[in-house]
Amino acid sequence: METLFGIDYPTLWFLVVGGVFSGYAILDGFDFGAGAWHLFFRKELSRRIALNAVGPVWDGNEVWLVIGGGALFAGFPVMYATFFSGLYIPFMLFLMFIIFRAIAIEFRSKEEWLWWRKMWDICYSVSSIMLAFLLGVVLGNVLQGIPIGPDLEYDGSPFLGFLNPYAIITGFTTLFLFMSHGAIYLLLKTEGRLFDKLEGLLKKGIILFIVFFVITTLYTLIYIPHLSDDFKSNPILFIFPILTFLSIANIPRLAHKKRFKIAFFFSALTIALMMALVAIELYPTLLYSTIDPANSITIFNAASSDKSLGISLTMVAIGTPLVLGYTFFVYKTFAGKVQLDDHSY
Amino acid sequence: MDTEILARIQFAFTISFHYIYPPLSIGLGLIMVIMESLWIRTKNEKYHILAKFWTKIFALTFGIGVVTGIVMEFEFGTNWATYSRYVGDIFGSALAAEGIFAFALESGFLGILLFGWNRVKPWVHLVATIGVFLGSMFSAVWIVVANSWQQTPAGYHIVGEGMNARAEITDFWAMVFNPSSVDRLTHTWFAAFLAGAFLVLSVHAYYLLKGRYVEISKMAFKIALGVATVFSLMQLVTGHSSADGVAENQPAKLAAMEGHYDKSGPADLYLFGWVDNESQEVTGIKIPGGLSFLIDQDFEAPVIGLNAFPEEDRPGQVNAVFQFYHIMIAIGMFFIALTLYACFLWWRGTLFTNKWVLKTFVFSVILAQIGNQVGWFAAEMGRQPWVVYGHLRTSEAFSQAVTANQIVFSLILFFVVYALLLFLFLYLLTKKIKHGPYDEDDNDMEERRFTKEITNQVTNTLNA
Ligand code: HDD
Ligand code: HEM
Ligand code: HEM
Repeated sequence: METLFGIDYPTLWFLVVGGVFSGYAILDGFDFGAGAWHLFFRKELSRRIALNAVGPVWDGNEVWLVIGGGALFAGFPVMYATFFSGLYIPFMLFLMFIIFRAIAIEFRSKEEWLWWRKMWDICYSVSSIMLAFLLGVVLGNVLQGIPIGPDLEYDGSPFLGFLNPYAIITGFTTLFLFMSHGAIYLLLKTEGRLFDKLEGLLKKGIILFIVFFVITTLYTLIYIPHLSDDFKSNPILFIFPILTFLSIANIPRLAHKKRFKIAFFFSALTIALMMALVAIELYPTLLYSTIDPANSITIFNAASSDKSLGISLTMVAIGTPLVLGYTFFVYKTFAGKVQLDDHSY
Repeated sequence: MDTEILARIQFAFTISFHYIYPPLSIGLGLIMVIMESLWIRTKNEKYHILAKFWTKIFALTFGIGVVTGIVMEFEFGTNWATYSRYVGDIFGSALAAEGIFAFALESGFLGILLFGWNRVKPWVHLVATIGVFLGSMFSAVWIVVANSWQQTPAGYHIVGEGMNARAEITDFWAMVFNPSSVDRLTHTWFAAFLAGAFLVLSVHAYYLLKGRYVEISKMAFKIALGVATVFSLMQLVTGHSSADGVAENQPAKLAAMEGHYDKSGPADLYLFGWVDNESQEVTGIKIPGGLSFLIDQDFEAPVIGLNAFPEEDRPGQVNAVFQFYHIMIAIGMFFIALTLYACFLWWRGTLFTNKWVLKTFVFSVILAQIGNQVGWFAAEMGRQPWVVYGHLRTSEAFSQAVTANQIVFSLILFFVVYALLLFLFLYLLTKKIKHGPYDEDDNDMEERRFTKEITNQVTNTLNA
């Protein structure tokens, strides 16, 4: 097996995929979160400002999902195939909400009619909430495992197999995490009364998130022991959950001091650390089989050939600086508080 | 209905819908780049207004292109799991490349293209427009390369057997430059330019007929006519080259395109016709030996026909492939005639007073769309019964874990949502066209700046 810096290619690609999905969660996380609060803003102007806070960037954020999907397909085709065909219904719903959300952003301001704007506002907010929730539900299924048969195909109930208590709890955890994250982002982008209102909302969001985070943690420890194996055998890894707790605790503290830029950094860090926890809990498994552990999909039985992974790694090496470069450029151009002009949504 | 048929219907439906928009975005991208460059060179404010107008329409096609594209990206996994396992080693890297190099470039600059008019210098804005345009060209590269690989596989070997067989990459560049990718890529690019150019032609021909925005419309019309003429002619070249490639690499497809059954006799070229798959007869108007001539420059040369292949290895829908292919070519020929004639009138100075020609341009936008769709239908249905030509059958490629009911559910969802999308798209497009290229006070820059100041003041007071 080929290696780079002593690490085999499938593991490297696991890191790449994990990195892309973390980036996706941080970026689309704040715009889903911002959208989830949308109906809490009453005035037309507030809604427009909130919408235009994500206006120039949401599409770029969604590209991370596309890259993540492509990365999974390229590196772990077996995972890509089983995962998406197994969780068919939640992914179809996810796609629907992605579409609805995009057209709501796109079309809301194209007409002046009250009912038109109201309809798209509801659409935008509900789909943002559902997208955050569904991402959490899918994550819950990945952590807990799904029924996979010996042929590495999904072998569970076709329609509602994805809804179970654990997935619902992780769904809410993700939703509230993104809502807090999104509120902080909006605080960076707004001023005046909308800003004051958001401060209050942020507090509620953080409390709800912490409650659900604790429930998830306890549930995981009690009911899904296979996830904590790595930690028991390798105590140094406990540094990750500890860092996560510290990072979470930092958010309300900084928000209280009105230092929102750093608070945003910490909420992004929290998401990254939680993704790191997920990665550690899973590695080298990608998808547990609840039927028989032998049927689990791992980075080794799902990986593309070393040749193919090598090509993909080269592309990542060339592409990453480019992607970071223009992401930085766009955020810089639109930095600061929202200004509406005749090109805004 | 069984899972296979449903999965195929869903794929055909979602990809055809997706493929309404990217060609428009690619084509409009080219035209916007030209308009904006002309603005910067000539400092003529009218080009600026045109560029802004078409950017708004571009935003519409782009937005829908993106969301329907995300559906496509995941549909390989949801509905074609066996296929995904089979091709992932090869095809996955192309899809990842598309994400990293193309979509990130596009979406990165899109914000500046759409919202940056008042924020960055004109040349920075032009760079952003070019970035978005190149990004959309690149996305076509990778996806067409992937599709061409499944038409004419190269640079791979097969590992494993039966259900576990899969293709693994042996030579990246041989995979990228497989026998059909260059022909097909240039052909799809140019088809996209035509889609964009004909939309611009249609809208401005409509304004000219109505006597609205006359001067600015003439400017736009000339740009788009230039693009349309050049690439209509190029379509003949790249299309012919594609057909040569098909004859060499996918003889069963070529035979279906012309309804040629005879195992190895001279083949005719039909202008139009109707294929009866039972009796293996084609009725229509033909040039005897024409296909032989196109391929081998000899009216008598033998061409491999459908009967040279066992029943289970040839496309089932011969007549459909035949019709789609011939419609595309008829449209291509019509475009060449129309654009050349329009150029002739332009030279004579009577183009903009010729009602009939302008009317023809108003409706030709539909033909460009049809050409793009039927071209793909001919290419994809002609590939049947294979997903990966010669290696993996469509009937083996769909997801084993997905049930027919699940697909019915998603299919209904897609029908409803896409119908809504199409309706909104057409509604807003007509609205934008009716509104015209000028913002309320584009003519009066002074006044405009003044209104903006007022708006800003109001915004600030309300915020405070
Ligand atoms: C406005 C659109 C348009 C126009 C006017 C034409 N085409 Fe086309 N054609 C396409 C749009 C298109 C396409 C949608 O872009 C396809 C589908 C798949 C592909 O690679 O390009 C295509 C495919 C395609 C193929 C199949 C390639 C394959 O299966 O691998 C052939 C042989 C031709 N074309 C030939 C022609 C000829 C001889 C034309 C005469 C002028 C022509 N096309 C005009
Ligand atoms: C089944 C195959 C296809 C898949 C999986 C696919 C995937 C995608 C995805 C994921 C997006 C959204 C990207 C974003 O978020 O910015 C997209 C948009 C786009 N696709 Fe497709 N696509 C397919 C077919 C095609 C084809 C054949 C072409 C061109 C020849 C094409 C050209 C584009 C372009 C230019 C865009 C940018 C959006 C736009 O301009 O409208 N796609 N596609
Ligand atoms: C954008 C234009 C495209 C159109 C209009 C199109 C059209 C179609 C149609 C009509 C079918 C169904 C054929 C049948 O069942 O008889 C099909 C199938 C399929 N196409 Fe395409 N296609 C396009 C691009 C692509 C691309 C870019 C890829 C891959 C990279 C692709 C991969 C497939 C696959 C995997 C199937 C399913 C299996 C099959 O039925 O052959 N298509 N497509």
